[in-house]
Amino acid sequence: MTSTTASNDVQPSAGEEPGPPAPGGPRARIELGARFLRFLEAMWRPAILLGLVFVLWWVATAREWVANYLVPTPKQVWDRIIAEWSSLMYHSYVTLYETVIGFVLASVLGLATAVLIAYSRTMDKALYPIVLFAQVIPKIAIAPLLVVWFGNGLAPKIILAVLIAFFPVVVSGVAGLRSTDHELLELSSTMGASRWQTFRKIRFPNALPHLMAGEKVAVTLAVVGAVVGEFVGASEGLGYVLLLANGNLDSALLFAALILMSLIGILLFVVVEVAEALLIPWHASRRSVTPLTTS
Amino acid sequence: MTGTLTDTAVDVEGLTVRFRSKRSDTTALDDVSLRVAAGEFVSIVGPSGCGKSTLLKVVAGLVRPSSGSVSLLGEPVTGPQRDIGFAFQRAALLEWRGVRKNILLQAEMRGMDKARAARRADELIELTGLAGFEKALPHELSGGMQQRVALCRALLHEPPVLLMDEPFGALDALTREQLNAELNRIWRETGTTILLVTHSIAEAVFLGTRVVVMSPRPGRLMRTLSVDLPAERDYAQVMTDSRFGELTREIRQLLGSVESH
Repeated sequence: MTSTTASNDVQPSAGEEPGPPAPGGPRARIELGARFLRFLEAMWRPAILLGLVFVLWWVATAREWVANYLVPTPKQVWDRIIAEWSSLMYHSYVTLYETVIGFVLASVLGLATAVLIAYSRTMDKALYPIVLFAQVIPKIAIAPLLVVWFGNGLAPKIILAVLIAFFPVVVSGVAGLRSTDHELLELSSTMGASRWQTFRKIRFPNALPHLMAGEKVAVTLAVVGAVVGEFVGASEGLGYVLLLANGNLDSALLFAALILMSLIGILLFVVVEVAEALLIPWHASRRSVTPLTTS
Repeated sequence: MTGTLTDTAVDVEGLTVRFRSKRSDTTALDDVSLRVAAGEFVSIVGPSGCGKSTLLKVVAGLVRPSSGSVSLLGEPVTGPQRDIGFAFQRAALLEWRGVRKNILLQAEMRGMDKARAARRADELIELTGLAGFEKALPHELSGGMQQRVALCRALLHEPPVLLMDEPFGALDALTREQLNAELNRIWRETGTTILLVTHSIAEAVFLGTRVVVMSPRPGRLMRTLSVDLPAERDYAQVMTDSRFGELTREIRQLLGSVESH
């Protein structure tokens, strides 16, 4: 192929000429474009499925296969969302706020716990059983207790979100930190690196792919925590709206609240996905699939 | 430093290493003594599991000896050593860093002067034919190029002693020959003392000024042969040299005789 010995040695990557990679700018732009195309490519199947469910819902309610007080028509739900827009937005904001704070706290505390467990044998023995024990307590069942302790404010919702989202962060963080290649650690000691340097430059980046998988689970669970917290005692938030609608047999409002909750979950999941794409573009799970595989 | 201190790069005396686990005691190295002069290139060959790699790790201070003493550049080895470069069997690159940044990890960890490290990295990239691939990630490189990166990283801080643990073991024959020739050149140009552990008898003889042959576990030094070939070695020439043939045959017999027991 080319004249230098080195380039004979490199494996040509997807459909490109083997050669020096283009400098950051244009390459990054091409990557973004390609990523968007891949996103569309990934989305059309679920979009069709979702569309079908929607059509089924429409037909089933329009023809009154199910009673209207049980399942409202899409139009009723839509009208309801429009009519109650500002109030629903306020309640969504409350739930989103509780969820995000809970998720961030769970991430920070979870990572700190994971570091302690991964670095110290004593901590491993002392903490892991407690973390596991805390996980097997049905946290939804302690929600009433949290309300008794912390009142009707935001605190019990945030705490519940933290408690539920904490575990996947710890487990994935520990797995990630422990997965460091032994040779990389030996290499680090021949370089005279301090523990902190080894953590910052080797162990932590190496743990990120594991950790981000845990964060994705955690963020969806945090929504559950916040909503359950609102069920037990609240005067605001989507969980409160849901209970209210339930009490009034107001199925249109109930559906509206459900849809908004799901949207919050999806939105937060996408945020974590994007964070992952930015943090670990180098990881195998993030590499572009070569277009040549079908040939 | 003067006199004998500078002349001996690595001094191993009566080294024994035992690994103790719950079920068994294994003796990896048994009473090994080896003195390597500064600027020497010593190849270590032996059957699998004979403790070759352990020997390197003891010199690097990564494994503690059970008994015996090891010194590096005249100082006793008591913990991880900084005056060395270490190349592993696998390239052990950080997969999130490009070629240049992987090489510069060495400088970051040691707190080397940035400008100097950058210049040195560029030199090494040029020297090993990695120019044009500075930003490529490890997964975009072939095994041979990954090992070149690892080699650059191990040489960045100009260590007086370079320890190599089967760095070319996973490569195909052609790439391996190419890298052997490059290593020979680097050794001649830098004057680094090199200890190379390898499975390949040909590689050991082609590169070494001395070849140390080890016995199977527990590893002992069976024989040391000096390779009386010129320092500058050309693959095609050396392979057809009758002395090369004699040496490889002798080593093969030594290793064969222990395996038939």
